[in-house]
Amino acid sequence: MKKDDRPELSDLENLRDKIRLETLKMLGHMGYGHLGGSMSIVELLAVLYGKQMAIDPNHPNWEGRDRLVLSKGHAGPALYATLAIQGFFPQDWLLTLNEGGTHLPSHPDRLKIPGVDATTGSLGQGTSIAAGIATGLKLSGSDAYTYLIVGDGELNEGQCWEAFQYIAHNKLNRCIVFIDDNKKQLDGYTADILNPFDIQKKMESFGFITLKVKGDDLKAIDDAINFLKDQKDSAVAIVLDMVKAQGVPFFEKVEDNHSVKFGLANYQEELDKAITTLEEQVVKGGGSHA
Amino acid sequence: MLNQVKRDRTKMGQELRAVFVATLDELMTKNQKVIALEADLGSASGFANLTQRHSQQLINVGISEANMMGVASGLSLTGHIPFCHTFAPFATRRAFDQLFISGGYAQTTINIFGSDPGFAVGPNGGTHTSWEDVALMRMIPNSIVCDPADGIQLAWLIRELADKAGIHYIRANRKAVREVYETDARFELGKGNILKQGRHIALFASGQLVSETLDIAEELALKGVDVTVVDMFTIKPLDSNLVIELSKTHDLIISIENHSVTGGLGSAIADVIAEAGLNAKLLKIGVNERFGQVGSPDYLQDEFGLSKNKIQAKILDFIDKV
Repeated sequence: MKKDDRPELSDLENLRDKIRLETLKMLGHMGYGHLGGSMSIVELLAVLYGKQMAIDPNHPNWEGRDRLVLSKGHAGPALYATLAIQGFFPQDWLLTLNEGGTHLPSHPDRLKIPGVDATTGSLGQGTSIAAGIATGLKLSGSDAYTYLIVGDGELNEGQCWEAFQYIAHNKLNRCIVFIDDNKKQLDGYTADILNPFDIQKKMESFGFITLKVKGDDLKAIDDAINFLKDQKDSAVAIVLDMVKAQGVPFFEKVEDNHSVKFGLANYQEELDKAITTLEEQVVKGGGSHA
Repeated sequence: MLNQVKRDRTKMGQELRAVFVATLDELMTKNQKVIALEADLGSASGFANLTQRHSQQLINVGISEANMMGVASGLSLTGHIPFCHTFAPFATRRAFDQLFISGGYAQTTINIFGSDPGFAVGPNGGTHTSWEDVALMRMIPNSIVCDPADGIQLAWLIRELADKAGIHYIRANRKAVREVYETDARFELGKGNILKQGRHIALFASGQLVSETLDIAEELALKGVDVTVVDMFTIKPLDSNLVIELSKTHDLIISIENHSVTGGLGSAIADVIAEAGLNAKLLKIGVNERFGQVGSPDYLQDEFGLSKNKIQAKILDFIDKV
């Protein structure tokens, strides 16, 4: 089911706010969670699921669908919020995150979650899985896209670079690689832990046509994807210049925001404020994606 | 099964890599979804020959085993049937987390050919030696782990596994081994084959040591020791019923494997005997707490106590002791 109707930017803004809101509510309900890296892919998920991807929530395994591999699996909550909003499964599942027997484990599980195409969480592995999916689709003569989301910290894993070489060598132009350059990993700034240097240049030297966009700019992300879809003879990538915990000003400033425990200091109060603000924004923006 | 063992077992069969390639060729012709993957050992495995007739169905990922298993997982998610080859240690030890998570945990299908296990490594030496591949692969829930005795069994196994979903590991020498089976021999996954029915002692062997175990049985017969010989080519799922049955009817149980005595065939048999509460006496013949080293396969087989003479001496010693 191709999305022929062109959503307005305001629709994507509203979807973005809803994804951010539902993700924060999930994490708040649980009392802790991977806030930083979930928040920094919200805009991307809004553009992909709100506009770019060919999907059918009523038929999650539709053969002609575009695939998404969230290799940085710890951002699962943001993906789950997106899938629930899009109607892949009931929204009340969201508050069961990480509970025993849940459909929604901390990291995406293709066997448990409608709309999840690959099981990820062991960092680096999603890159090769996406490469394999893109190869399989190409061999099958499909024109479907595979969207691969990789963390900047995740780039520490050597497997990413094995997979990138493979994707570039085979010119898998329908495998669009996104690198969430939110500048931080669990133990601190990527530049301090294991300097990734210039990620865009690295990707270019690995054979990718690589664009760098502001990761919170819905239109820029959308334009970049459209541009890369016209590249037929090369691997393609987008580096999202991002802030960890993007869109939640208080937590953007929290140094240690990879995994947040809301019992600390005034975190719960700040979380509640952020949720209230987003709820108001969502109400203002209308309910077209609900 | 007894009548399906070759009368003349002196003949070397085809190289096992040639059997693997010919069988894949046959499967690829029938089904476009069968894909072979290599990690820059296409000339060593013969997989490179598949490009002539199936250029679209062979993927060389370069020297990146972890990526190969992940790509195989992704191919499986689009309905393809991947067969990956590299040397046994790289196919298992090096890419284990990928096999475990992208493979087993995610319930995708990956068929793996780990070549030149144990002493078959020869001059590639200690870095390329794997005496723990079976132990590792057994640890993946719902995996199938096989150590075929010859080319006839190998070809059957590849066809059989191509129709099944899951993580399947086949370890085999790339080179020729002596033929054990008649060409029309029949097998069943998860069932041990009794190749010689005897009394007193049951020898459970796998892989290319099956052939040698049959030789040993003949030599033991001359010494008045009547043994049963079982080909346990499926190490997982293990034929527990057969182990229990033979443990009840034989005085001694002996496992013989080109693998560590930790975690392989012998360990699997020990678990069955212990859990069934049987009082069988067990000797595990294999490699014990050692890394590999360089040498010809014959040299290594003897050095690590797996030559015919050394196995026989261990068996006789065990008989004396118990």
